[in-house]
Amino acid sequence: MKRKKINVDRVFNTFNGLIMAIVLIVTLYPFLNVLAVSLNESLDTVKGGITIFPRKFTTENYKVIFTYQNLLNAFFISVLRTVVGTVAGLIASSMVAYTLSRSDFQARKFFSTFLVLTLYVSGGLIPGFLLMRDLHLINSFWVYILPAIVNAFYIFMIRTYMEGLPFELQESAFIDGASDITVFIKIILPLSTPVLATIALFIAVGQWNSWFDTYLYNGSNDLLSTLQFELMKILQSTQTGSDMARNNNVLEQMTTVTPDSIKMAITIVTVVPIIMVYPFLQKYFVKGMTIGAVKS
Amino acid sequence: MANVEASKVDLFVKKMYQQRYLYLMSVPFIILVLIFNYIPIWGWIMSFQNFKLGRTFFEQEWVGLANFIQILSDKQFYLVLRNTLAMSVMGLIAGFTIPIIFAVSLNEVSHTGYKKIVQTISYLPHFVSWVVVAGIFYKLLSTDGGVVNDILMKLGFIGEPIQFMAKGKLFWWIVTLADIWKEMGWNSIIFISAITAIDPQLYDAAKVDGCGRFRQIWHITLPGIRSVVIVLLILSIGNLVRIGFEKQMLLSNPLVFDYSEVLDLYALKYGLGLNRFSFGTAIGMFSSLVSVCLLFTANGLFKHYSKESVM
Repeated sequence: MKRKKINVDRVFNTFNGLIMAIVLIVTLYPFLNVLAVSLNESLDTVKGGITIFPRKFTTENYKVIFTYQNLLNAFFISVLRTVVGTVAGLIASSMVAYTLSRSDFQARKFFSTFLVLTLYVSGGLIPGFLLMRDLHLINSFWVYILPAIVNAFYIFMIRTYMEGLPFELQESAFIDGASDITVFIKIILPLSTPVLATIALFIAVGQWNSWFDTYLYNGSNDLLSTLQFELMKILQSTQTGSDMARNNNVLEQMTTVTPDSIKMAITIVTVVPIIMVYPFLQKYFVKGMTIGAVKS
Repeated sequence: MANVEASKVDLFVKKMYQQRYLYLMSVPFIILVLIFNYIPIWGWIMSFQNFKLGRTFFEQEWVGLANFIQILSDKQFYLVLRNTLAMSVMGLIAGFTIPIIFAVSLNEVSHTGYKKIVQTISYLPHFVSWVVVAGIFYKLLSTDGGVVNDILMKLGFIGEPIQFMAKGKLFWWIVTLADIWKEMGWNSIIFISAITAIDPQLYDAAKVDGCGRFRQIWHITLPGIRSVVIVLLILSIGNLVRIGFEKQMLLSNPLVFDYSEVLDLYALKYGLGLNRFSFGTAIGMFSSLVSVCLLFTANGLFKHYSKESVM
């Protein structure tokens, strides 16, 4: 009897471990395949059959993407919007979150409700577009930054964290005559690094991955193009043959390598920074997501 | 009386002055929210006009509900609504069951290192953009050396490659699958932490009673996360119509438009593309209003449920 149970357990464990292995493979294979193709000679790739190892190793594809002015520029804009957007967003959300975490703040209730509503109702694409047009944000770098500075969801996540800090820490500082700003900078911010790291990751990933705002507002301006948008243009033109293909400067310039290889190399360039960052912040964002969901 | 009023105002102003730094820290950003989140809602007024660029607000022509009537009499609209609802319901069902199964299954892995690796890797696709995911799916499903076709052919299920991306009927499934591939790990975070919160003594007691692994899962793990599941389910009903359009836009092509077009894309195409701003706004307003209605319904259900659970 006892023997049988152990066997059933072992079967269960093996089977379960196998399912997890399949999850691992299904998740990782596409990335490894993209990496292999991006490191394989373009003309050799066309023959097919590349799995997770390059057959004829080369770094040519990467050299090529970094020689095209458009792509270099797009890379620069992507980095710039990520840095500026993250810094601005982090400053804004932490400041607003702090004021909302203070139970004695007069406008706390009003501002909270004001922010909550934005989570449920949005004006939609067209009024948004016309607003950007009226504000002269079309064909401008700032359209990437300004509308995204305040995000109610992030503010509430930070607020929940700050509310969990013992208030006595602030109280003694106030008695010593510290101002709200001093307390915020000297006491609250240093204690909130875990949640700030999480939010920084979320904002940065959002900015880095964003392509639709480029498409909608700056689609005709090569100087403000982003890496994701360039990738999207190549994807659309090679796969679906849509209108995009007709005015795709990057593809027209390319003769030595195929669009497919370029696509893979750009994909790796966009994915690698993320892979290098998120595992280190894992314990923070797992905690943050759990708290946020429980509270809301 | 007047004195009391005056002193109340005085007190308020005094406190406001005391909290001037708090106002300084929040008001500039509240103004940004007013501009970027609230002014577009004021833009809904356009849906009752025949909005033309270059006219002032007072010069616009008022048309009443004409735009809404036009939407409701457009055959394309019903097709788009069907696609939106179909993909959101499929996404909702798959987006709950699969992460739960994954969380339960991961919890049963006894090797801590293996568990950690699987968990970390499972978050990866969440952080990758839809552009990249669409590219990956095109490649996986391609007829020209795509892995899926290769495997199916080697196993003898099909004689020649299937053109997955050209089949309208498959589009909903592809979008749902892509969504699962991207978000399964991420969406399981909350279930995993709910499972960790279950009292381990329950499992010990079950083992003593002779419960096998499946019965432990069925009688302890699943009931243990039941309340979390219900809360999340109800909250996501409010977002049924707002499924976004990124994945549909990136994964679709002209061959499958009848199945891929969703409300936002419809608004984008007919609103911005053809300069029919009022028409497009009306569509956006429609989907926002439906969301709010669904949210209230879901909230009512939630209240009903929580009342019951208290009793």
